[in-house]
Amino acid sequence: MFKWLDPYAKSETLYHLCGKLLPYLMVSALALLLLGNIWGLAFTPADYQQGDSYRIIHIHVPSAIMSMGAYAAMASAAFVALVWQIKVAHWAVLAIAPIGAVYTAIALITGMAWGKPMWGAWWVWDARLTSELILLFLYLGVIALHGAFSDRQVGNKVASLLALVGVINLPIIHFSVEWWNTLHQGASITKFAKPSIDPSMLWPLLISILAFALLLLALTCLRLRTAILVNEQHRPWVRKLVGG
Amino acid sequence: MQPRRQKRLFSILLIISLIAGAVGAMLYALQQNIDLFYTPTQLVEGLGKDKVKPVVGQRLRIGGMVVPGSVSRDAVSLKVRFQLVDIGPTVWVEFEGILPDLFREGQGIVAQGTLLAPDLIQASEVLAKHDEEYMPAEVAEAMKGIRHIPPSQANFASGDSSSGSSYSKPTDKPTY
Repeated sequence: MFKWLDPYAKSETLYHLCGKLLPYLMVSALALLLLGNIWGLAFTPADYQQGDSYRIIHIHVPSAIMSMGAYAAMASAAFVALVWQIKVAHWAVLAIAPIGAVYTAIALITGMAWGKPMWGAWWVWDARLTSELILLFLYLGVIALHGAFSDRQVGNKVASLLALVGVINLPIIHFSVEWWNTLHQGASITKFAKPSIDPSMLWPLLISILAFALLLLALTCLRLRTAILVNEQHRPWVRKLVGG
Repeated sequence: MQPRRQKRLFSILLIISLIAGAVGAMLYALQQNIDLFYTPTQLVEGLGKDKVKPVVGQRLRIGGMVVPGSVSRDAVSLKVRFQLVDIGPTVWVEFEGILPDLFREGQGIVAQGTLLAPDLIQASEVLAKHDEEYMPAEVAEAMKGIRHIPPSQANFASGDSSSGSSYSKPTDKPTY
């Protein structure tokens, strides 16, 4: 069924595929990021209760959604890496981890900046905030665990296993606002009902979410290419490529 | 699928489902501790199957909607008293300090403090809980009848304690 994917397990093919995709992803991500954020931050109407403070949603929500999206992608790569024992999938796990960690940090920091004026507190140990913080620790854990082993093969395996196990946190983050009493509000757009956000504010937000997703892909391609070159530096095709 | 891959697949699925089960059981056991706050109903009627009521003197958080018309402010200090409700009984909250911007009647809040009586909390911190609805002022006015007045155009009533009591009556409608 997945036979057509087989060539991409080869590092050289994947390197060239990423190289081909990278400019398109990067240009579209940056263009949409500029469009969505400028529209959202400067040209949408102010919220009826929060005034201009609500505008942080245009950075907070895309980074929060994509911090979870990145984790799902990283865990999928870890699953493929462990079951099919594909090297490039291990490298993909480590390519995604720092990007996801930064997205999570952005979500936490912008959330705190919003929480202070709106809630009256920078931080509250409610279920949503705590589980998102655990997500950050999972990302950092994957990076640290990989670095903790001098045998790179073992490090890859253990890091991928942690990435895979941590996937349990994703439904907890998403449903935390429904399962428990939290200070964090419920979902505005990621639910099956009509979004509880006005269309004039929703469109720039959706564009920003798409932009963050494309940026994640672009940065993953970039980092994966570097990882392939570093790990395969003794292969003839790499030597030929870099002219060494 | 090769038998070796199959074996790895099953062992990974087994590890994940075991850990998911363990985490699930842990969260279930900790359910009451993960809740950030008591609702007024839980405070008055008790929590969970055993109807555990918090004891007087206990530090806790209470979350609910500010009952419209219940907010009374002290004219000479920052003391404020208001009632909270969810779906059942109401409880009183006393607080001295600056309330968050989003505090208003009909708005959800979370207060942290000490239980003075079974239905009275002396709060040391009041946080506003925002809901998930976002809309521009004009839409809110059309849908909810809430009028937005920018702070620059608002004229704040000052020293308006003609009712004689030490608590002045707040305006009926939230202004923005």
